[in-house]
Amino acid sequence: MVKNKSRRAAEIEHPSGDPRFNLVDRTLKRFQYQQDALIEVLHTAQEVFGFLEDDLLIYVARQLKLPLSWVYGVATFYHFFSLKPQGEHTCTVCMGTACYVKQAAEIVAMLQAEFGVAPGQTTADDKLSVATARCLGSCGLAPVIVIDSDVLGRQTADSTLAEIKARLSGQIRARQLEAASANDEVEEMEAETL
Amino acid sequence: MNRSDLQTLGERELAKQQSTGCRLLCCGSTPCLSSGGTAVQEVFKGILKENKDLKAELAVVSTGCMGPCSRGPLVRVQRQGEPDVIYEKVTPELAQEIFKKHVSGEDTNQAEANILPGDIPFFSKQKKVVLANSGLIDPERLEDYVAQGGYMALANALREMTPEEVCSEIIDSGLRGRGGAGYPSGLKWNLVRRAKTDKKYVVANGDEGDPGAYMDRTLMESDPHRVLEGMAIAGYAVGAEQGFIYVRGEYPIAAKRLEKAIRMAERRGLLGSRVMDTAFNFRIDIRIGAGAFVCGEETALMASIMGRRGQPIPRPPYPAQSGLWGYPTLINNVETFGSIAPIINNGAEWFAGIGTAKSRGTKIFALAGQVENTGLIEVPMGISLREIVFDIGGGVPNGHTFKAAQTGGPSGGCIPADYLDTPVDYDSLRELGSIMGSGGLVVMDDTTSMPDVAKYFMEFCMDESCGKCVPCRVGTVQLYRILERVTAGIATRNDLTIMEELCTMMQETSLCGLGQSAPNPLLSTLRYFRHEYEALIKDDLPLTSDRFALATSSVLPRQEVS
Ligand SMILES: Cc1cc2nc3c(=O)[nH]c(=O)nc-3n(C[C@H](O)[C@H](O)[C@H](O)COP(=O)(O)O)c2cc1C
Ligand code: FES
Repeated sequence: MVKNKSRRAAEIEHPSGDPRFNLVDRTLKRFQYQQDALIEVLHTAQEVFGFLEDDLLIYVARQLKLPLSWVYGVATFYHFFSLKPQGEHTCTVCMGTACYVKQAAEIVAMLQAEFGVAPGQTTADDKLSVATARCLGSCGLAPVIVIDSDVLGRQTADSTLAEIKARLSGQIRARQLEAASANDEVEEMEAETL
Repeated sequence: MNRSDLQTLGERELAKQQSTGCRLLCCGSTPCLSSGGTAVQEVFKGILKENKDLKAELAVVSTGCMGPCSRGPLVRVQRQGEPDVIYEKVTPELAQEIFKKHVSGEDTNQAEANILPGDIPFFSKQKKVVLANSGLIDPERLEDYVAQGGYMALANALREMTPEEVCSEIIDSGLRGRGGAGYPSGLKWNLVRRAKTDKKYVVANGDEGDPGAYMDRTLMESDPHRVLEGMAIAGYAVGAEQGFIYVRGEYPIAAKRLEKAIRMAERRGLLGSRVMDTAFNFRIDIRIGAGAFVCGEETALMASIMGRRGQPIPRPPYPAQSGLWGYPTLINNVETFGSIAPIINNGAEWFAGIGTAKSRGTKIFALAGQVENTGLIEVPMGISLREIVFDIGGGVPNGHTFKAAQTGGPSGGCIPADYLDTPVDYDSLRELGSIMGSGGLVVMDDTTSMPDVAKYFMEFCMDESCGKCVPCRVGTVQLYRILERVTAGIATRNDLTIMEELCTMMQETSLCGLGQSAPNPLLSTLRYFRHEYEALIKDDLPLTSDRFALATSSVLPRQEVS
């Protein structure tokens, strides 16, 4: 990589005026347009846009003064980055060792049979994307799936199907997994006094 | 904040905790939350909100992992002067009963059946050193960690020890790297310390790509400050002012908690510039991985921190000589860093007294697969596999029998029932053709087909090979194709020989550990379960068109990159 840590003199604004680019710009600024921050910038870009379209990659490459091939090379190397749009709902089935020995493959087979999508694909109506993961770090609950960022443990093909159908029909909205600490208020108070 | 401020803060927090009549500790780790823990916490918080007068005598704390994940959601009741009571499989209704019994003092026994006795082997056979605080403190509060003596090791190291002394303490403790290879940590620290450059780095490896393992996630989520403290001590010992902690992209909660922990520690002057009013500066930044197993390998990880494709480079030079941006870099696993503070606090001798002669201390394992009690355990090195699987793990469920335990993930191997009494340490496992690995331990029962397992791991390595060197890129594909033929029942005896030759070639010629160790699961299943392969082989099979197609298919239909 070309060593270039100098700050950019003038920033190029994205001609479309899409406000989402401002969020990408914010990350770029936070890392002072360092080329080494490419992965952080791509993380933000994917978070705001959902996937990395060509236009976005070109924008990032320009801003960081990197060759487009370099940016494309990094974006395609990591599984986390998606160059294709995702469906409205996503279902990720863990195929890590613990889940594998507990028959996670049956869930993948069911998804293929029911919705006609293999891992990495999205249904034609853009409703559901299916992916597989290599261990989600909840092996105690194997087999594990993640639907729209909710982690569900001890799944079977049937329970997964029921859950997906409920979401597709809008019966369940995403649950919030993260529970805030009950002592948050106390902590804030203490922080103030110090 | 200096040492005495730290002490005051800890004492104040401890006094506050002890004056609280009853503390309800709810496990807030991913497994418990996703099996209904959120609702349980909401019940308790609702009660607390309705009864404001209870605030002085009741505290509801969301803690890190308590261990027996398959029994979640877990709630631990702490009352002053009474032994703790742990409840398993708590529902919102049971939560009400627990509140009635322990806080209101009502005479109800509804929740009795869900009490998890504290003396079952699951708990009594463990020894918690690195996970000592896990499940007992709120990971999002610095004060909780300080109340347990947190940051004291850093304070003492900064005040009373020279960097050289810190390094020799680590050498004397016999601590070996917990990331897999087991390199003596103190020696690595000394190498970096002796390097004479103006800049050095400390990196914590929290990539944990081994499927079926989640020790590092739990440690980072349950006790983030312990990792930070270990890194700061390392920074002082080797003379680095900047640390990075590389967290796997699949672990957003871990990243969030670490981020918060760094902010809080910086606010208190425990990290940042002039740490604890000394001349030592140490910053820590988080880098989020983007889903590539090979990024757990140290040189690939450093490439990834620098924003590049995570491809390994040949060693030497080792990171200790030339790492991030060409500067000497100390890279250790997060569990290794988690062991540092206890060693400084209790002394090298104490740590060296745990475990076996060549493998000191304790090791965290993620017990998963076909075993009754899945969860996270920490055991002294040298404990037998039998004790782990049958005493702590409670054996194989549903009337099946134990077949093998898989350690070390895609770089490790399977240990069959005959070797259940082998002590679990770096060297014994290596002799058996497996490795200690980072700590994933997946139990397989008699329904598991071993060639299938080997195929599974080979597919993993084939997908995750970064493609830089030929032996790994091509070797994994070739081995996978032969294994496909084996499991389809159309392989010949000659295929077995070819597989063994390919394995040796890959071990000897691959660029990094991924390719060098990718044959391990295959070789170890061939070693112990050869009969299963032979049963699938048919030598006199006619060359049907199906078989011909499989044998000659040039490119495999690979999963699309998403
Ligand atoms: C393919 C491959 C994957 C690895 N994955 C990890 C990992 O997930 N976590 C880890 O700490 N070390 C991993 N390592 C080992 C690291 O390269 C390195 O040895 C380790 O982080 C050093 O820390 P330690 O001395 O504390 O063990 C991996 C190595 C290879 C070859
Ligand atoms: S193997 Fe599926 S969560 Fe770990």
